[in-house]
Amino acid sequence: MIKVEVRLFATFREGRGKKQILYLEEDTEISEVLNKLNIKTEEIGILLLNGLDGSIDRKLKDGDVIALFPPVGGG
Amino acid sequence: MYGYMGMILRVNLSERKVKKEELDLNIAQKYLGSRGLGVKILMDEVDPKVDPLSPDNKLIIATGALTGAPVPTSGRYMVITKSPLTGGIAIANSGGKWGASLKATGHDLIIFEGKADKPVYLCIEDDKVEIRDADHVWGKTTEEATKILQDEVKDSNVLCIGPAGENLSLIAAVMNDVDRAAGRGGVGAVMGSKNLKAVVVKGTKKVNLYDEERVKEVSSNKIKILREDPVAGQGLPSYGTAVLVNIINENGVFPVKNFQEAYTADADLISGETLAEKHLVRKNACFRCPIACGRVVKLADGSVVGGPEYETIWAFGADCGVFDLNAINEANFLCNEYGLDTISTGATIAAAMELYQRGYIKDEDIEADGLSLKWGDPKAITGWVKKMGLKEGFGAKLAQGSYRLAESYGVPELSMTVKRQELPAYDPRGIQGHGINYAVNNRGGCHIKGYMINPEILGYPEKLDRLALEGKPAYTKVFHDLTAVIDSIGLCLFTTFGLGLHDYVEMYNAVCGDIYNDETLLEAGERIWNLEKLFNLRAGISSSEDKLPKRLTEDPIPEGPSKGHVHHLSELLPQYYVARGWDENGIPTEETLKRLGLEDYIKYLGLAEA
Repeated sequence: MIKVEVRLFATFREGRGKKQILYLEEDTEISEVLNKLNIKTEEIGILLLNGLDGSIDRKLKDGDVIALFPPVGGG
Repeated sequence: MYGYMGMILRVNLSERKVKKEELDLNIAQKYLGSRGLGVKILMDEVDPKVDPLSPDNKLIIATGALTGAPVPTSGRYMVITKSPLTGGIAIANSGGKWGASLKATGHDLIIFEGKADKPVYLCIEDDKVEIRDADHVWGKTTEEATKILQDEVKDSNVLCIGPAGENLSLIAAVMNDVDRAAGRGGVGAVMGSKNLKAVVVKGTKKVNLYDEERVKEVSSNKIKILREDPVAGQGLPSYGTAVLVNIINENGVFPVKNFQEAYTADADLISGETLAEKHLVRKNACFRCPIACGRVVKLADGSVVGGPEYETIWAFGADCGVFDLNAINEANFLCNEYGLDTISTGATIAAAMELYQRGYIKDEDIEADGLSLKWGDPKAITGWVKKMGLKEGFGAKLAQGSYRLAESYGVPELSMTVKRQELPAYDPRGIQGHGINYAVNNRGGCHIKGYMINPEILGYPEKLDRLALEGKPAYTKVFHDLTAVIDSIGLCLFTTFGLGLHDYVEMYNAVCGDIYNDETLLEAGERIWNLEKLFNLRAGISSSEDKLPKRLTEDPIPEGPSKGHVHHLSELLPQYYVARGWDENGIPTEETLKRLGLEDYIKYLGLAEA
């Protein structure tokens, strides 16, 4: 089992809270986490894995932190 | 004449005379408007070595080609002058309603010369232009002055300085419509140095359109794109730019305590999400804007006022170690009232807090003011803003900005500035392209005139790896040039969430005439950038000032997702000069100036210092 933290921001917090701790099988892909959270790939603006650009096919490790933002921006 | 109104106001404040001049259409089209046109006028009429707070400096307030036209976000105007903060070009941009209102009086821009012998304001009602006494509003805050002047001139829009500009604070802003700011570079001090309190405008004229049918079609197409873009259509209206707090922090590039750190576990306390949840009353839009990123918030005392941008939340928040939105909202409000640039003001307090932390500023220096400079003190951020605005006690020192403050203690490297202007809310050690922008920006430490955050963090127009070096210099140049275009045509930079270069060509051509294509419009931006650079060189700002504070190139980020990184400017800077067509000393070449139609300025290359 691996422990992964998912941080949710902006509208992704609706119905999901700010943070979720998930216990997953080794080598679970990020895409499966999105499924669990009911977030479609198209809905994602920014996906960070430990603060760097993440991709949905990336396999997760124990202690990973995923940050999910819908499309948002500023200046 | 299409797009432009064709009329310039030249106001000699020393002689209390107003002159109307025809706008040279060829020059207007070549330099597009506001920023470009203002820089051109300044370059031709002002000795760049002039003392910025002397009557010999000129203050130009200018609308863009499309300001006031029926296209989205056409409310922008700019203030162009020699900056008393950096000593180079100041190009401050603002939205709201005032710019469109000036255009509606039938004037493209105003050139203020000299100095009035006592406080005055300029009143423009269509063709009627008057210099009026302003003793009764001098000393008043932005809101008070605006109310009084709007009472005198019903249904007008007011641009003014607050006490900070009157007191010649080097980080004073020019305010309009109460809570919009042409903030940076100390433009408010230039206005104050001329004893000019306000410009009140009321106009009824419409912009002539080259092809009215095409304008309607193009405009509605662009509005549709903006409405459907997830950032422009949803993210910004819902959360404002404050949404960046968590994004920048999660990337580990959120500067904390004067850039000593770049990540905090407390970011969410001052995030856009929390602002929306706990303090937001409603959103706010500028003239003809479908995006509505503006915030209206409720302060702790119940008053409803303009709310903070991301930069402001950062400057008074993380940069000062403060995680209290009530205090930050209050500090933002006070900056508007006193007329201070929120970025420079918050960042200067942060620099003072580090100087206090390290024992340079002592308790006895600030005892009389009854305020602390301890990290995280919410009373400090609101208290010092007032003192800075009124030039009281130690606040008088802070009002001159962080560079002069740190320098006075012999440690200028503790001021996080470039060319003496405070760096905004992104740590370049983790964003390589943005760091180039910080170092080379013509107006000093500035994020927005080359906002590499768009590609490197947000993925607009495409996602780049923020830590990569490859391709960043050339990419940064394009952002610099495109921003100069959007600024000068009078539209809002947030249209870049959805629109691209060709969209701006379409809007310009439909309104002003079929003059530009993609290549030539971007080249106009390049022309403007080069002219600004020449002004700076003549002013004595050499390319040796294209650098970052030592902390950012030598000290790695200590914690968080971007731990261990520094900015690699020494590798990237030469490539930027190459991309620009400048020599290895960062000086524009004759060839480049010729290509850009700047032959008249080649004579200044000989005087430029390396």
